[in-house]
Amino acid sequence: MTTLDAVGDLRLTGLTKRFGSFTAVDNLDLTIPQGSFFALLGASGCGKTTTLRMVSGLEDPTAGRIYIGDTEVTSTKPYKRPVNTVFQNYALFPHLNIYDNVAFGLRRRGVKDVKKQVEDMLALVELGHLAKRKPSQLSGGQQQRVAVGRALINQPQVLLLDEPLGALDLKLRRQMQIELKRIQVEVGLTFVHVTHDQEEAMTMADTIAVMNAGRIEQLGSPEELYENPATTFVANFLGQSNLVVGTTVAKGDVIAVEAHGHRLTLPGARCQAPSDAVIVGVRPEKVSLLPADAETPSDQNVLTGGVVTDASFIGVSTQYLVKMPWGQELSVFEQNMGKEIFRPGSAVSLTWDPSQTFGLDGRQDIEAGADIDDEAAK
Amino acid sequence: MSAATVQAAPPDALSRPEDHPKKRNILPYVLLAPGVLWLLIFFLIPIFTAISASVQTGSLDMGFKVTWNWANYSTTFSQYSTEVWHSLEYSVACTVICLALGYPLAYFIAFRGGRWKNLLMALVIAPAFTSFLIRTVAWETLLSDHGWITRVLMDLKVTNVMVHLGLLTNNHQLLNTPFSVIFGMVYNFLPFTVLPLYTSLEKIDPRLHEAGRDLFCSGFKTWRYITWPLSLPGVIAGTLLTFIPAVGDYVNAYMLGGPNTHVIGTVIENEALRDVFGYPIASAMGVILTAGTLLIVLGYVKKAGSEDLL
Repeated sequence: MTTLDAVGDLRLTGLTKRFGSFTAVDNLDLTIPQGSFFALLGASGCGKTTTLRMVSGLEDPTAGRIYIGDTEVTSTKPYKRPVNTVFQNYALFPHLNIYDNVAFGLRRRGVKDVKKQVEDMLALVELGHLAKRKPSQLSGGQQQRVAVGRALINQPQVLLLDEPLGALDLKLRRQMQIELKRIQVEVGLTFVHVTHDQEEAMTMADTIAVMNAGRIEQLGSPEELYENPATTFVANFLGQSNLVVGTTVAKGDVIAVEAHGHRLTLPGARCQAPSDAVIVGVRPEKVSLLPADAETPSDQNVLTGGVVTDASFIGVSTQYLVKMPWGQELSVFEQNMGKEIFRPGSAVSLTWDPSQTFGLDGRQDIEAGADIDDEAAK
Repeated sequence: MSAATVQAAPPDALSRPEDHPKKRNILPYVLLAPGVLWLLIFFLIPIFTAISASVQTGSLDMGFKVTWNWANYSTTFSQYSTEVWHSLEYSVACTVICLALGYPLAYFIAFRGGRWKNLLMALVIAPAFTSFLIRTVAWETLLSDHGWITRVLMDLKVTNVMVHLGLLTNNHQLLNTPFSVIFGMVYNFLPFTVLPLYTSLEKIDPRLHEAGRDLFCSGFKTWRYITWPLSLPGVIAGTLLTFIPAVGDYVNAYMLGGPNTHVIGTVIENEALRDVFGYPIASAMGVILTAGTLLIVLGYVKKAGSEDLL
């Protein structure tokens, strides 16, 4: 049995997988620190599941290497890797009861006395009372916990979770997110979690890698990715963004950008554009609306000439769509602080604090990643 | 008396409406009627006739009378124990060989067949489009003393080895040996083994194999601990579908076998064609065959521990 002290980081170098002429995973370099809760986030077909399957050994890489600690496992058979998987549809053994499902891995490795360990594991996933049931007699959430228990009991150095909550309804999913996070903290193993649900990734993971077309677009903590997206894909895929195309007119600690006849400023440290072509970005909840005829504060970024095209009151906030004179629709989330609600057709100005602004390389498509946000997993 | 139990069950089922006098819905019984009638005419009455005939004495000229002549049963065992034994031997051998050949075949088609699956299964069943009898006659020709199989064996000079193994007679005959009888039975019954096996294997989610490999199972262990238990219903169904017709089969023994390979079916036929004492003994043997098969099957299913099956 492996002990927790002997573990190491999971390291992927130059990992590539091609299916015919299609490159699913493209020269991936990634280090996942021991004990972290790591999420691979991306839309369907971005290569995240293929990456996971290569780590588990169920798929052979076309090129590249996989290390766990100092040991290379690239060509190690899946049943000899210190890695276990929680499968997307759980893949519980229908002919075994819950107890035997959880005990399966231990028994195959020749562990004689499994009783104590299985009972502890069933307690951890809160299923002790259902040990004698068959998987088909359990609800989706319970099956999901059996799958986690069946993988975890082997104390893998890395636990892989392949869209583990995809089959659950929203409420149960929220509950299981917290549950999984609790288990991860309790056992302290490395969890690599594959998901297409950005909220799920942000809730659970310490580090998120956003994948697109077989590559990692950006890697960082949820806050980092959200506040400082590096590409328009990340800005649109992870939450929503208002992206406006402009040209740099002044550089320094504060950068000034000319966009559609407005002068916008942003902190130099938050601008990633290598040239003068800049995309100015701001998250919808950072923006406030003012009536068009109101005085605009001089220390704020202001976009004038907007017309509200849609206002949805959703309790904690009101979400607006505002059509700008140049045709683009921007979104604004106003917190419900008792302010007046603008009706569709109202003429408004958008204002926000310049420090909340980020700048991206202007040569990108501002729509990248915008419409695949809620796409299903498969 | 297993046969008696079988008899008792249907009338019981018919009397059930009395249990719920207020909820009389006649439709289910109308729908059941053709089946019940069919069973009555073609199963219950014949089996009852056979049981009663098995304790009669008489002859075709004088007529038969029920005289409770249990000696018909003891005669079967004293005179024809070899044939009873042959039936059992051949059918068990046939079932075991069918499983050994059919399981890998069904496994291959189910998991490696890909888009050829249906075609391959069609090929397995294809021989059944020709009559059972014609196929057996064809084998009689193929295995005959001057058939090409025997010639090839001669040319390959392996006849001595085969004689040693008991696959050939001393005068280098393939036909008229237990080998040719079992061979014919395997050939004829193999599809009945493969079909249920394939059905149960094909249902197994390939992701369970991945889960097994992920949980420390090598290829063999994955089969042993995941595929095998999940295919057991197919194994049991395949065994029954092969064994039950095999134990009563006499066409293969008759056409591919010789005087030394008589089975209980051959004796029943011979007895029934004899005019004196024939019918009662043939009936007694029929009852023994039916009851014996039933007992073996029940014992097997119970041993296989498949409560899901029954």
